[in-house]
Amino acid sequence: MSDRKLPAPQPNAETETFWDAASNGVLKIKRCGDCNQAHYYPRAICPHCGSAKTEWIDTAGSGEIYSVSVMRRGEGAPFAVAYVTLDEGPAMLTNIVADDFDSLAIGQRVEVVFTPTEDGAPPVPMFTPRGG
Amino acid sequence: MSLRNAAYIAGAFEHPTRLAPDKTTPQLHAECAAGALADAGLSIEDVDGYFCATDAPGFGPISMVDYLGLRVRHTDSTEMGGCTYIQHVAHAAEAIAAGKCKVALITLAGRPRSENVMRFRPGAPEQAFEQWIGLTNHTSYGMCAVRHMHEFGTTSEQLAWIKVAASHHAQHNEHAMLPKVVSVEDVLESPMIADPLHRLDCCVTTDGGGALVVVAPEIAKTLNRPLIALRGAGEATKGPSGGLGLDLTVSAAARSGPAAFAEAGVTPADIKYASIYDSFTITVLIQLEDLGFCAKGEGGKFVADGNLISGTGKLPFNTDGGGLCNNHPMFRGGITKVIEAVRQLRGEAHPAVQVPNCDLAVATGIGGSLGARHGAATVILERQS
Repeated sequence: MSDRKLPAPQPNAETETFWDAASNGVLKIKRCGDCNQAHYYPRAICPHCGSAKTEWIDTAGSGEIYSVSVMRRGEGAPFAVAYVTLDEGPAMLTNIVADDFDSLAIGQRVEVVFTPTEDGAPPVPMFTPRGG
Repeated sequence: MSLRNAAYIAGAFEHPTRLAPDKTTPQLHAECAAGALADAGLSIEDVDGYFCATDAPGFGPISMVDYLGLRVRHTDSTEMGGCTYIQHVAHAAEAIAAGKCKVALITLAGRPRSENVMRFRPGAPEQAFEQWIGLTNHTSYGMCAVRHMHEFGTTSEQLAWIKVAASHHAQHNEHAMLPKVVSVEDVLESPMIADPLHRLDCCVTTDGGGALVVVAPEIAKTLNRPLIALRGAGEATKGPSGGLGLDLTVSAAARSGPAAFAEAGVTPADIKYASIYDSFTITVLIQLEDLGFCAKGEGGKFVADGNLISGTGKLPFNTDGGGLCNNHPMFRGGITKVIEAVRQLRGEAHPAVQVPNCDLAVATGIGGSLGARHGAATVILERQS
């Protein structure tokens, strides 16, 4: 991807389940037991309806690019910043790992690839073109 | 309660510096305050309300009121990124209408060219999920542009026209950071920063600042300055909202703008001059659509062929050169948007860019990160006789 230094995510009471799953290669998001809508990033309280009945669900780890911009200058460039719309509904802000940044396009199918941060810290959910 | 005619902008001052290695940030705030008060014909003793945001060093108004030597009975440290100072005008009018103050001072200053300025806000709820992404404003706004191009066929050439128009205005501003007129080709040939935004699609970074003095109607009428009334205001925030219904082609200005126009009782067709926040060219295009100057998706055609150039285009914008060419102090273009609108309404803009009979203007801005979480603030200002 690049030699960009990735700050380690700091799990907290609201998010430690997410990061534990990430360490096991699973991308979890939350769904509300009341309004039945999913959301990302995960919160204790549903941002759609305010219910506290949010529960963790496993995603398939796949989706498509909603938009993507490749940073061409500065530290760690080039790298791609994107929104990926998960098959479960929510869009998430992330990076796209790719050999050819010029080939990235809206609508492209991608799958999650957990990328290491610092030793002992959870990896972070980036995406890569399917089959790429 | 309507804010229409609730308050008047009596003083406006843009610091002439763009690089201030030998001054301090509080000093710049003080110089801007003095400039705006002198412009209004008021003094520091007259100020009874003070407005600042996180560019003010220290403990917000607690530090700055003491540093500036103010004696106020109302303070406000509302923070909404670069458009904050547009919002402060409306909040000052609210405070004045509520009887909390009569002379409100708003200051902005900073030295991002001369000192390291911390921009990351630790402890944000999204931090663990986004800090590692390397999301800067370039890629954030770049994603909005990519999506706008995808949905509506907007082109880099059309975006470049926004910079070209700003540069035509900046050539007349002796303080402009980039006073040289540029062409569409110049923009497209400048280095790519974050797809599809070139270097010349991005605003300048400057040291400096500005200040505004917003006063009660009875004060405004005693001053020997043109009467610049607040006629309407709106504000809004927008974010990914849990990731459902994401639409990067629409900003929070789609709510702040119509709210301001509704309160003012006017439409975009009535506007003679527009200050449109221009952190990037795409920022301008999306706001023009969201305020209703053209339909969503038509922004590219609207800005092309010099339509934003004063004297030739239909909608003169950012006649000081804007953030793209003139000044974007402390990464924040909100106060300069209000200041140039006041100049236009007073007839004090540079003669080469002054809009004839300019009696109604809009100043609108975006704060934060357009592609992630941002706010918007809009004011409609009117010159009265």
